[in-house]
Amino acid sequence: MTVLLVLLCVALITIIVVQVGKVTELASKIRGEEEMQEAANRRHGFYLMAFMILFLVATVVSTLYYKNYFLGYGPHKSASAHGGTLDYLFDVTLFFTGIVFVITQILLFYYGYRYKAQRGTKASFISHDNKLEIVWTVIPAVVMAFLVISGLDAWNEVMADVGEDEEYIEIEATGYQFAWGLRYPGADGELGRKDFRLIKPGSNDLGIDWNDERSLDDFLPNEIVLPVNKKVRVRITARDVLHNFYLPHFRLKMDAVPGIPTYFVFTPTKTTEEYRQELSQYEEYQVPADPTDPESPMLWEDFNYELACAELCGRGHWSMQKIVRIVSEEEYEAWKATQTPHYEQLIKGTDDDPYKEDTVEETTEEVEESTSEAEAPASEEETEEAH
Amino acid sequence: MANIATQSQPEVLREDMLIEELGFDDHFHDHHHGDKYQSNFINTYVFSQDHKVIAKQFLITGMFWAVVGALMSLVFRLQLGFPEESIAWLKPVLGKWVEINAEGFGTLSQDFYYALVTMHGTILVFFVLTAGLSGTFSNLLIPLQLGARDMASPFLNMLSYWFFFLAGAIMFASLFISTGPFSGGWVAYPPLSALPQASQGSGAGMTLWTLSLVFFVVSVLLGGINYITTVLNLRTKGMSLWRMPLTIWAFFITAIIGLLSFPVLVSAFLLLMFDRGMGTSFFLSDIYIGGQALDHVGGSPILFQHLFWFLGHPEVYIIILPAMGLVSEVLSVHSRKPIFGYKAMVYSIMAIAFLSFIVWAHHMFMSGVNPFISNFFVIFTLIIAVPSAVKVFNWIATLYKGNIRLNAASLFAIGFVSMFISGGLTGIFLGNSALDIQLHDTYFVVAHFHIVMGVAAFFGMFAGIYNWFPKMYGRFMNDTLGKIHFWGTLVGAYAIFWPMHYLGMAGVPRRYFSFDSFQAFAHFDGMNQFITIGAILTFAFQVIFIVNFFYSIWKGKKMTTRNPWGATTLEWTTPIERIHGNWPDKLPTVQRWAYDYGKDGKEFISQVEPLGPDEKEVH
Repeated sequence: MTVLLVLLCVALITIIVVQVGKVTELASKIRGEEEMQEAANRRHGFYLMAFMILFLVATVVSTLYYKNYFLGYGPHKSASAHGGTLDYLFDVTLFFTGIVFVITQILLFYYGYRYKAQRGTKASFISHDNKLEIVWTVIPAVVMAFLVISGLDAWNEVMADVGEDEEYIEIEATGYQFAWGLRYPGADGELGRKDFRLIKPGSNDLGIDWNDERSLDDFLPNEIVLPVNKKVRVRITARDVLHNFYLPHFRLKMDAVPGIPTYFVFTPTKTTEEYRQELSQYEEYQVPADPTDPESPMLWEDFNYELACAELCGRGHWSMQKIVRIVSEEEYEAWKATQTPHYEQLIKGTDDDPYKEDTVEETTEEVEESTSEAEAPASEEETEEAH
Repeated sequence: MANIATQSQPEVLREDMLIEELGFDDHFHDHHHGDKYQSNFINTYVFSQDHKVIAKQFLITGMFWAVVGALMSLVFRLQLGFPEESIAWLKPVLGKWVEINAEGFGTLSQDFYYALVTMHGTILVFFVLTAGLSGTFSNLLIPLQLGARDMASPFLNMLSYWFFFLAGAIMFASLFISTGPFSGGWVAYPPLSALPQASQGSGAGMTLWTLSLVFFVVSVLLGGINYITTVLNLRTKGMSLWRMPLTIWAFFITAIIGLLSFPVLVSAFLLLMFDRGMGTSFFLSDIYIGGQALDHVGGSPILFQHLFWFLGHPEVYIIILPAMGLVSEVLSVHSRKPIFGYKAMVYSIMAIAFLSFIVWAHHMFMSGVNPFISNFFVIFTLIIAVPSAVKVFNWIATLYKGNIRLNAASLFAIGFVSMFISGGLTGIFLGNSALDIQLHDTYFVVAHFHIVMGVAAFFGMFAGIYNWFPKMYGRFMNDTLGKIHFWGTLVGAYAIFWPMHYLGMAGVPRRYFSFDSFQAFAHFDGMNQFITIGAILTFAFQVIFIVNFFYSIWKGKKMTTRNPWGATTLEWTTPIERIHGNWPDKLPTVQRWAYDYGKDGKEFISQVEPLGPDEKEVH
């Protein structure tokens, strides 16, 4: 039945379209082709102008209406140290492209309207103009050079790895279908080795190597918590397919590649609380977070930074969300103190524990001894990264 | 004022006289020569070796795929715009891919959503905008505009179409297998595309997808070799390279790009097949999936991306250059004015083609390649803006002081320029790696490439179809319907893709099945609905085009003169009846460039007209 109805609709539409076509052809026979063409040119010349005006007005109005969607404006201010540079670069590019956009669109549609064929009009024979062509080759070249230089300046600064003596916090994010695994280095400040062959669902989802003493204090929280104004280096890895570590509020994005650890260095500059306060000024955030429940907290009160995946990774790609909390230094330390190392929590004393035979006291001694040794053999991951 | 010229057989006769007098006699009198190839229905319409028939085969197959691809986009747009609406009514068409719950509410399967997105991309990029566009018009116009009887190898030309057909048949079959078509994105990045455990579509669907595209590449290569050979060897007497219309320049350079880049794609697919089936590790390493650690070690998924984009980026120029060529020609003919800066246009095409080979990694700024490398790719990428800008300025200058007929063809050409400007400018944001950090894989990218190479290429194609339809079928398409089609498509396409810029700036990532998991992406329902409604309406306007097209083939207004647009190029000196060998007797010889419109007070001067005694050839 549905199929029949659809076919009927298609047939009906076809007939209507064909009839409209026939009518116009009949009309041109009656009124004379030339005259019809001239009238059509006038009409469509007018439409071109009308469209141009409508289009440009719509562009401007929608830009103003959606200004809060723009990078660096309203609620879309960046929350990282480098974000501002990028937002500024966006504005500069928008400025230049905006000028070109308006001028070329106006000329294009205006000429279409102005030089439409009418009785008695004629075209001029103009084949080229070297001077003009040089001018409009050089100007874009200069503008592009400017944008390239400012772009690369920002790029190389943003993408630089941490310096040798720099103080930073290193964390690790591992993408897998369809979630993120997070790892913090614990008290020693260093992440232990891991190997995908050691992965054991449930107890060791990341494949951490417990033979590496640096692993023993690593903890695996289920949200990213970072202190404000501290440099952070995120080691980004993947377990199965490509993922992308995407923090929209921090202007940060980097693919997670199985076998090739990547990184991104950034400094959060606003705590979650500060960002919420900023959002509270905007109308669209002064509504209940749950539209069905007017009693629920305001959208801005409910706000959280989020981690997303930005590289297609399969059916659940759209659901890889994690909360990111930026807090003060003290809060961060307090939070860290509440975290138990994964080793302590799930591994110690099980069959996976390489130190199972040893007494507890011996283990601690060993840890202390080996901290100095651990620096000597460069860990696998670091050599890999150097490539 | 001369719109559709109702004038004058004498004009045409003069051309015939000139061909008779100055033409080149290649002893084509042997009429059996033609009959041998077109003696029955099968070898005239099915396994035809006539370039004009093959062009139509490419066009109509391309249109079929365009409808399929567009309908797919409507289904996933319904999911994005109206996730709260049940799509149980689509169950008869989509079968098990619509999941119906206890209350009778139908939702799109996530696997199938990604399959639709993947197929939409693959079909539109390869089958419609590569084969449908370049296949159609290269075949139609290269021999006709160069004064050749046919392609250098009509047989290879026929094979080219049938390999395309085969590729299409395989892809179509993959839509109906139980695990569904490939669903890992049209870029098919491994490991997702390499491991059946990673996604349903990466099993048999991916095998068929790869197979289909390998045949497709064969088709492109056979076509490309033919186009290049024809352009280099079969130009008629007097048709020097600098007298070729810009259409031919565009097709010629496009074929070269295709010939150099498509084989790299096949090599990538080959390695991928090894990884999939034979346990090699070109692209795989350190993978734990489906509860086990795989043996693959030492491969690099990024290597695949390099190989893929070494084709992938030139591919977007394979799509847009033919459209640029068609638009240059259509704008010039209907403005009754020479194309402005002919040589600059040719050099721009060459510059764009050259640069297209050294910018591929701008798709990979955030993929984990060494950030230092990106410096070079940023520089080359943004340099492309210069030849592109030159082309835009030249098109606008072509309109300046013209005498423009605003018919469907020229309106679409103007629309093309508008789209190319809008979409091209956002490329300047994305090509700058620093901005790409935020914009990469967001709706900003979707907006950019749909406008600049999707919609723009379609506009170029439509301009070409409305303009050369009389040459293909001896009849006109209805112009009023064409204009309705144009306005609906122009407004509709902007309505769909313009708002996506705002979504992208707000950070909304592409390829999301639903935005509910994220607070940051969840508040754009209104805009998503607007885009979906825009897509449905724009599709409705394409129905007008399709009806107009097929109705006009049989019932359109008949051509009464050979050269209805008053164009200078050779295809309009052939008889209205589309005969094998194109010219009944001698081949025309070329006396001047292709753009003598409005010169010395004459409306147009055909390329077969010798230069006057004091006349200088302009370039």
